[in-house]
Amino acid sequence: MKKLVDFDKAMVASAIKEALRKLDPRVQFRNPVMFIVLVGSVITTGLFIRDFGNGDLQTAWFELEIAFWLWFTVLFANFAEALAEGKGKAQAQALRKTKQDTLAKKFYKDKTETVQASSLKKGDVVLVEPGDIIPGDGEVIEGVASVDESAVTGESAPVIRESGGDRSSVTGGTKLLSDWLKIRITANPGETFLDRMINLVEGAKRQKTPNEIALTILLVGLTIVFLIAVVTIEPFAMYSSITISVSVLIALLVCLIPTTIGGLLSAIGIAGMNRLLQHNVLAMSGRAVEAAGDIDVLLLDKTGTITLGNRMAAEFIPAPGVTAEALADAAQLSSLSDETPEGRSIVVLAKKLFNIRERALENLQATFIPFSAQTRMSGINLGETKIRKGSMDAVKKYVEEQGSILPSQVQADCEYVSKNGGTPLVVAKQEKILGTIYLKDVVKGGIKERFMELRRMGIKTVMITGDNPLTATAIAAEAGVDDFLAEATPEAKLALIRDYQEKGMLVAMTGDGTNDAPALAQADVGVAMNSGTQAAKEAGNMVDLDSNPTKLIEVVEIGKQLLMTRGSLTTFSIANDVAKYFAILPAMFMSAYPALNTLNIMQLATPKSAILSAVIFNALIIIALIPLALRGVKYEPLGADSILRKNLLLYGVGGILVPFIGIKAIDMILVALGLN
Amino acid sequence: MIRDIALFLVYLVILFLVAKFFGGYMYKVFQQERTCLDRFLNPLANFIYRVTGIDAKKEMNWKEYAVALIWFHVFSFLAIFVTELVQGSLPFNPEEQGALSWDLALNTAVSFITNTNWQAYGGESTMSYFTQMTELTVHNFLSAATGLAVAMTLIRSLIRKSTSGIGNYWADMVRGTLWVLLPISILFSFVFVQQGVIQNLSPYVSITTVDGGSQTLAMGPVASQEVIKMLGTNGGGFFNVNSAHPFENPTALTNFMEMFLILLIPVSLLFTFGKMVRDSRQGHAILAAMTVLFVLFLSALYFSEYSGNPTISSLGVAAPTMMEGKEVRLGLGGSSLFSAVTTAASCGAVNSMLDSYTPIGGMIPMLQIMLSEVVFGGVGAGFYGMLSFVILTVFIVGLMVGRTPEYLGKKIESYEMKMVVLAILIPSFCILFGSAVASVTEAGVAAINNQGPHGLTEILYAYTSAAGNNGSAFAGLSANVPFYNLTLAVVMLLGRFGVILPMLAIAGSLAEKKISPNGAGTFQTHGVLFVALLCVIVLIVGALTFFPALALGPIVEQLQMLQGVLY
Repeated sequence: MKKLVDFDKAMVASAIKEALRKLDPRVQFRNPVMFIVLVGSVITTGLFIRDFGNGDLQTAWFELEIAFWLWFTVLFANFAEALAEGKGKAQAQALRKTKQDTLAKKFYKDKTETVQASSLKKGDVVLVEPGDIIPGDGEVIEGVASVDESAVTGESAPVIRESGGDRSSVTGGTKLLSDWLKIRITANPGETFLDRMINLVEGAKRQKTPNEIALTILLVGLTIVFLIAVVTIEPFAMYSSITISVSVLIALLVCLIPTTIGGLLSAIGIAGMNRLLQHNVLAMSGRAVEAAGDIDVLLLDKTGTITLGNRMAAEFIPAPGVTAEALADAAQLSSLSDETPEGRSIVVLAKKLFNIRERALENLQATFIPFSAQTRMSGINLGETKIRKGSMDAVKKYVEEQGSILPSQVQADCEYVSKNGGTPLVVAKQEKILGTIYLKDVVKGGIKERFMELRRMGIKTVMITGDNPLTATAIAAEAGVDDFLAEATPEAKLALIRDYQEKGMLVAMTGDGTNDAPALAQADVGVAMNSGTQAAKEAGNMVDLDSNPTKLIEVVEIGKQLLMTRGSLTTFSIANDVAKYFAILPAMFMSAYPALNTLNIMQLATPKSAILSAVIFNALIIIALIPLALRGVKYEPLGADSILRKNLLLYGVGGILVPFIGIKAIDMILVALGLN
Repeated sequence: MIRDIALFLVYLVILFLVAKFFGGYMYKVFQQERTCLDRFLNPLANFIYRVTGIDAKKEMNWKEYAVALIWFHVFSFLAIFVTELVQGSLPFNPEEQGALSWDLALNTAVSFITNTNWQAYGGESTMSYFTQMTELTVHNFLSAATGLAVAMTLIRSLIRKSTSGIGNYWADMVRGTLWVLLPISILFSFVFVQQGVIQNLSPYVSITTVDGGSQTLAMGPVASQEVIKMLGTNGGGFFNVNSAHPFENPTALTNFMEMFLILLIPVSLLFTFGKMVRDSRQGHAILAAMTVLFVLFLSALYFSEYSGNPTISSLGVAAPTMMEGKEVRLGLGGSSLFSAVTTAASCGAVNSMLDSYTPIGGMIPMLQIMLSEVVFGGVGAGFYGMLSFVILTVFIVGLMVGRTPEYLGKKIESYEMKMVVLAILIPSFCILFGSAVASVTEAGVAAINNQGPHGLTEILYAYTSAAGNNGSAFAGLSANVPFYNLTLAVVMLLGRFGVILPMLAIAGSLAEKKISPNGAGTFQTHGVLFVALLCVIVLIVGALTFFPALALGPIVEQLQMLQGVLY
């Protein structure tokens, strides 16, 4: 699933078969531009049969050639769509395979009965035991168990799933490893995330996205304009006493209408969804992917997204009259049995700075005092010696009870640490304060660069954190986010999103908890973590199977790529028309007005070869552009202006020049083959 | 030649300088800010509101606005139509002009409410002074005010957000007419009279010419109609030969002023636009694109006329050929510039006969109209026409920066695309379909004076002029027959309201939207790149549609002329 599904022979073969099947007019009607080409192909074929029957072989041969290439224009467009679909289906199939042939133990009152997983409906309750495949998306209502979700996420470490809280949702197709779970199924057959995603990559069922609809309207408009332009040539020609054959008019029409973008539009959309799948993101709708390209503001949870989830010891700040080494020694002793990441990081730092080795606790007659909510401290008792570490307030109270006080320097140190985005931990040995441990919220490596990238894309990043504003300011500055929301409550998050939206901005956010659900639903693009709750997943419009919050950046890129590819190919398609006019118009009227040969600037050999070359070019350019349509135009996080300049040069200016060269080349080949 | 080019430059510089000032004034007028004329005009406006019972403060949604606009035009149409039929029994008719044929009356009524001012009649031999003054002159004002009103709704829709109101049609009409059109018309009428344009209600005068023949000189209240004919980009001449007539356009100075008046409001409107959207660069960008296209077309036209016809120049009479169809007192430069200006704006007044131009020289004015009259364009109409191309450009090109297209923060979605496509499709359809029908029907072909490609150009020009609401004539087409009167009337209506209604719908839809903030990822709609793109889209979308028809008309005629074949 992770690896890119490459084209293989089987896929191409099935795409060819699909392309032929898609000639069905009912399928073609979904794409008005190509439908016109299909009608043109049928008419030209009819003309060929008529003239062949009449024995007018010369005309018939020309019509056959035109008809042949028109049919191929339609087939090439169908092939592009089929290929994109095939790729998407292969990816979806890999996901789906696990789900098939699964049996489920469904509850009927108190007893379970074995049924097919595919028969499960929303609201059914099933029992899952070790070794079972979870039969469908659902919510744990009873039990705690470890689940292997590698089939969906590719991550091999098992995860815990339990009822209530933020880890209550399970995905169909994953495997239960230990214990048991009672699960309420939350999706009807055919409505799971996966099913919805599969619909997005199947041409026939695919809903067009808003921008795609708008673009289709433009393409239909252009098609009608050219239809009028071509149809009225006939009366103008009659006035000018020129006879123009219907096949030539059809050839001109097909060349002028935007077949390049019309033929590839649906493939571009499907390929966009495929790219999303490759990144292990399931989208509920194409609309959300498109909106991702427009995101102005990105809301990111601090913990786990911007910072590593855990704080790490960064510095030992001794109290007056204590050496740093003595502080480190006591801190290390108190943390030896502390298996929290913070505790382990203290041991690591002590070794790094002062080479203090781990000691075996048994030899020290030590008892470990774990953290308790009452004392809000943890520590160790070495015989009579008590070492404690905890928040400043807790330790202050602890020493004051023993008649000692907190030195003002230590208090200042603690404030300094807080101000810098860290968490101070004060260490005391008996009644004496030894100093402060600076626990630092470590910003993830490379995250700053990613935010810079986003800024260049024109996207503002906002960090959401439960921390106090002081700490938040420091981390925001270190991570390089543009803004932050400190002491965030679910209401504050929702209000923030509404506020941005009121200013006309599009907001994206990631979240996993049930308390994120309202904000996820309000955001224009809400990416729920697969590890999150069912409520979060249903509120969002995408689910990230890898549960990686920075995935949004890729999603934004995919959205932008989708729009850019459409724009570039539309520009290319329209720019192409200039050359096609210069090929076909002189050829059409040359017999009546030889003076018009001046417009034959490509010096095409004969009227017939000119028309044929234009039609062939028009068909072949679709095939040539399939890889681009499937891959997408490359997106680089530069400003809008430089992207535009680059793409314009490539697809605008290129779109004007390429057909001149292409049509001339095809004409020369036709002459060489004696087909003129 | 140097003198002509200097004329072109002086013209543009003066135009832009005055337009910048006047654009600021129009901004105040339509933003309801205080202006120096309020003292005189406020009581007048309030009187009008009181008498008609209009609540000028009430905001209309686009449908209400459209309904008000349509009813207004229905009544306008009936007023002109009926007056034309009964003018024989009405006062101010010293020449005793009788009723018009019903088809001509209908064509003319449609022509004047749509700001087209296509004239299938000769003014001095058809219309009574009463009809000229109360119907034709009045609607010169009102049709221009309507264009201005529609342009204002679009600008408002871009600066408002989350509302359905796009303004009040009646208030827009009153302010546009009283504050913008009327003061300038009064001012310039006096200047025109001083220059020799007549203004009287006398019967026609018979005189004996220098060589002893006798001639009847048509009279009339010309000056009062002449200024608004230009200022409102109407173009309906008092006399048949329009601004080539010495009583309409007597001197080089009036010729210059007439050209200036044609483009004054279309150009000023872009400065108003820039001020209203609080980003003058946006107005400058569109103005720059229009100017680039204008200079392109003017050069092509001028050089085609300057080079003339090789067959005639080989006879050794090169210089006069360039003057074929032009008034000597106005010269080649004055005539070429006038033709370019009058067809760039949808004015349609003429001071020379395009039928006698070189084929390319005649094609350029037609092409300018075919591009939906967006090279400056008619009062208001040029702006909203160009805006449909701006939206198209933003949509096609904007996608390439990886965002769904937006203009000034307003998202362009399928509804806007649908309306833009309609606004561009309807005029093109009218031109091509109308000409196609005319070129193969007996009634259509019978009216043309030349055969071959030149005849086709004459037909094509008539429908182009009607659909673009330009109203200029190529000449060479006897258009006062029921076939042309009726088909052209339909085309004029479609060309006007087939664009106004979609544009109002766009205004309604844009006003409802929020305004997205401008960021690093936004496609910038000012700057050289955008200007170039807008020009290219206008040319490609506009020209490609008409290329086949033009190839069989003026293009082949020009190529054949170079080979010595004439028609």
